Amino acid sequence: MPTDDRVLLSVRDLHTTFKTDDGDVKAVDGVSFDVHRGEVFAIVGESGSGKSVTSMSILGLLPPDTADIQAEGILWKGENLLEGSAGRLREVRGKEIAMIFQDPLSALNPVHTVGKQIGEMMRIHEGASRKQAKARAIELLKLVGIPQADRRVDMHPHEFSGGMRQRVMIAMAIACNPDLLIADEPTTALDVTVQAQVLEVLLSIKDEIDSAIMLITHDLGVVAGLADRVMVMYAGRAVELGTADEVFYETRHPYTLGLLASLPRLDDSGREKLIPIKGSPPSLLRRPSGCSFHPRCPFARVPGICNETEPPLHLVGGMAHVSACHFAEDMKNVGVAELREEETLA
Amino acid sequence: MPSYVIRRILLLIPTVFFAISFLFFLFFTLPGDPANLIAGGFNRTPDPGVVQRAKERYDLDKPLPVQFVHYWERTLKWDLGESYKNRRSVNDILGEHAVNSLRLGIWAILIEVVVGIGVGLIAALRRYSLSDKITTVVTAGMSALPVFVLGFVLQYAFAVYPHKHAWPEWLTLRTQGLGPDSWAFFFIPTGEQWRYLILPAVTLASVSTALAARMMRGSMLEVLRADYMRTARAKGLDERSIIVKHGLRNALIPVVTLIGIDFGTVIGVAVLTETVFSWPGLGSEIASSVTSRDLPVLLGLTLTVVLAYAIINLLVDLSYAFFDPRIRLGEGGEK
Amino acid sequence: MSLGDPQAAGSMVTGPGEPVGGGMDLGAVRPLRKDVWRRFRRNRMAMIGLVFLVFLVIVAVFAPLIAPYSITQRVPLFREGPSRDHLFGTDIIGRDLFSRVVYGARVSLKIGILASVLSLAIGILLGSTAGFFGGKLDTLIMRITDIFLAIPYIVLAIAIAAIFGKSENTIILVIGLTGWLSITRIVRASFLSLTQQEYVEAAIALGYSRTRIMFRHILPNALQPIIVYGTISVGGVILTEAALSFLGVGPQDPTPAWGLMVAQGKGDLVNASHLLFFPAAAIVLTVLSFVFIGDGLRDALDPKLK
Repeated sequence: MPTDDRVLLSVRDLHTTFKTDDGDVKAVDGVSFDVHRGEVFAIVGESGSGKSVTSMSILGLLPPDTADIQAEGILWKGENLLEGSAGRLREVRGKEIAMIFQDPLSALNPVHTVGKQIGEMMRIHEGASRKQAKARAIELLKLVGIPQADRRVDMHPHEFSGGMRQRVMIAMAIACNPDLLIADEPTTALDVTVQAQVLEVLLSIKDEIDSAIMLITHDLGVVAGLADRVMVMYAGRAVELGTADEVFYETRHPYTLGLLASLPRLDDSGREKLIPIKGSPPSLLRRPSGCSFHPRCPFARVPGICNETEPPLHLVGGMAHVSACHFAEDMKNVGVAELREEETLA
Repeated sequence: MPSYVIRRILLLIPTVFFAISFLFFLFFTLPGDPANLIAGGFNRTPDPGVVQRAKERYDLDKPLPVQFVHYWERTLKWDLGESYKNRRSVNDILGEHAVNSLRLGIWAILIEVVVGIGVGLIAALRRYSLSDKITTVVTAGMSALPVFVLGFVLQYAFAVYPHKHAWPEWLTLRTQGLGPDSWAFFFIPTGEQWRYLILPAVTLASVSTALAARMMRGSMLEVLRADYMRTARAKGLDERSIIVKHGLRNALIPVVTLIGIDFGTVIGVAVLTETVFSWPGLGSEIASSVTSRDLPVLLGLTLTVVLAYAIINLLVDLSYAFFDPRIRLGEGGEK
Repeated sequence: MSLGDPQAAGSMVTGPGEPVGGGMDLGAVRPLRKDVWRRFRRNRMAMIGLVFLVFLVIVAVFAPLIAPYSITQRVPLFREGPSRDHLFGTDIIGRDLFSRVVYGARVSLKIGILASVLSLAIGILLGSTAGFFGGKLDTLIMRITDIFLAIPYIVLAIAIAAIFGKSENTIILVIGLTGWLSITRIVRASFLSLTQQEYVEAAIALGYSRTRIMFRHILPNALQPIIVYGTISVGGVILTEAALSFLGVGPQDPTPAWGLMVAQGKGDLVNASHLLFFPAAAIVLTVLSFVFIGDGLRDALDPKLK
């Protein structure tokens, strides 16, 4: 396989399937992407699009009795994690790839002090003593901007506010200077006013420890101005992938366009309506034929190619801007304004 | 926190007072004039002189409210009176029997904690396995089996049957009584003592152990699904540390609650167990003093049990704070 | 739909606390009762329990037709093991054990159900009063409950049983009058939280009488834990009856109470183990049935717990 020095993580043709009483659910259905050193890579999609499952699959965090992970490879610095031993995977977890979860209240253990939970990272991966671990935990709490760190290190998660808790989570994740931080909806559970602060902490930390970030979110607003590259997922598949500028300004997929149109903008005059995407995400048990998005797509030609043939990801511009839409070329001339027009006509 | 403890203790005093007072009036309305019983038993017509002397001796010639006041005057000085049956001091009877019950109870709690929590934990970790299914069936069966039936069955299986079929002596256990009463460090049986201890201890522990195992299983299954367990895994901990360091303490919170609440059941089971095995503890003595209308013994021993029950509940309450830091003692009350 | 409408109160069972349709369920919204039954039916242990209970009720109702002997009739066979004439053998004074166990179904079900109903009635009354009115009344009721909780249940039960006597009916009274503590606390807790709900505040604002609000508007929503606890407690009562019988303060001979039969069978475990086995098995199966049905009801009534 070609090894590119810039590529940190390379996921090749990932399929994650859940066995349920009602049948197999293909939560992730053939997703491939690379994360480069030092970049912010965003995965965007509605809930149920498979974005979180993708991140969990990388570290093998899904329950093995219900989740089946198949892939050509999950290459971490060229090493296939799927073939690695359990011990090797544990080494990677936390030390090289660290995760930040959505709801810090439930993701932090209620019975241990935050200092103990942060220090545990150094204890496992660096063989630090209790004392060293605590000293480093205080250092990390200071780094993520928690005041009175030497006092708060002995407190329990419930004694922190939501934003502070997420800072604790970040402090824990960066404890071993990982090369990749996976942040799964890091700000969704937080107040809007706190969200920006937490994102800021996350970005400054990234520069401090020189790591890449894989940012998973349903909110394109969070991605804008933060991400270097963006992958948009829908119903377990990637539908558009490119640099942030490409995805935002040269959108080549109607779903991405729909997400953009439903987003409030600061430069909005206020007269233009926000347009929600009609309908709801499809059941992964009964996926629509052809393009999964066609029942909700304002441009779909049904009956026709859209409900008959599954569109492959193909290059639509730039170096690596890909889209999975039969009419990606036509999308060149379509922007948010045209989508509005289309919607008002329909 | 100290103020909370003090408040709890102050609340205990009226509760215990009213509970014991209620029992005083309840017991003294038991049919049959105690004086007659003391003087002559159930059916004979006792000599009036003897009855009169008995009444005077036991304060029974005074109206009930006066007796009630006298009772509390004595009880507050921890003078529990004397037995109608054999004129022994209730304090002495109590001392003797309480120690026996305590020894049995310690072993039952050890079994409950070790076996109950252990079995529940293993069942949860190996969910759907054969051992899990067996645990579910056995624990359900245990909680539906009358305790004394379990006692009989154990007596039969481990003592009567081996004896009948001439098994070697070291395989048979004893079914009746305290045995040689030889102990090291207060509760470790020495010599032949273990043969007498093992069956009643297992019987006493049975119901609570089954409950603890069920509770532990359910609680651990819930914890295994918790987000913080996933976090622990994402940190790179090995499975053992994930379970022990992150799962166990969370899973124990509801089990500790149960062990506390359940202490009342343990006392009930103790009455039955001690009666089945003729173990001379508080439970069997309480049961026999009801039947023989030995009111001073009944009241004295019950008072002790009520006090012990109240103190254990208090200790369990206080221990929540250790297991669950989210519980702040004194919260909601005046600090 | 006005709040005073009894139908409205009934339909509120589906209201708060019951997620309509559930997250994943895309099918049509079914009536609640049907839904509960569908979920209950999926629980194998609960269904086995229900089938056994139905069987037991049939046995109890048709006991005179099923039992070949009466409960007091003696034959000159003492402590005989099971045979064709005496399916469960005979007891120590030559009575047919099978017939006594069959009639025992009547006694045990009667004691179990009536005592549970009595406890539930007291518990609901006290618990709802405490939870709804709060304040001093609540403090008083909870203090009384605490006092009784401080007394070990078995001591209370044997003392009261010793006072009231030892017939079948007095045992119902004894167990019923001592078993209301937990249910009082459960009902109080539900009422405390339900009284805060908006529809109750609305009903108060509309000026409905307090008793009407308590029983028409709040009680239907507090029923789930009551039903579950009530079902499981029937099994508990049967075990208590057995314990009281064993201690000599339960129903007396010749009442065919299973607990009493077990207690009488204890002496002869070596030579006549059937005396212990059959009534004990009847107790275990019956208690398990109620426990399984109770568990099944809990899961069926509250899908969130699954």
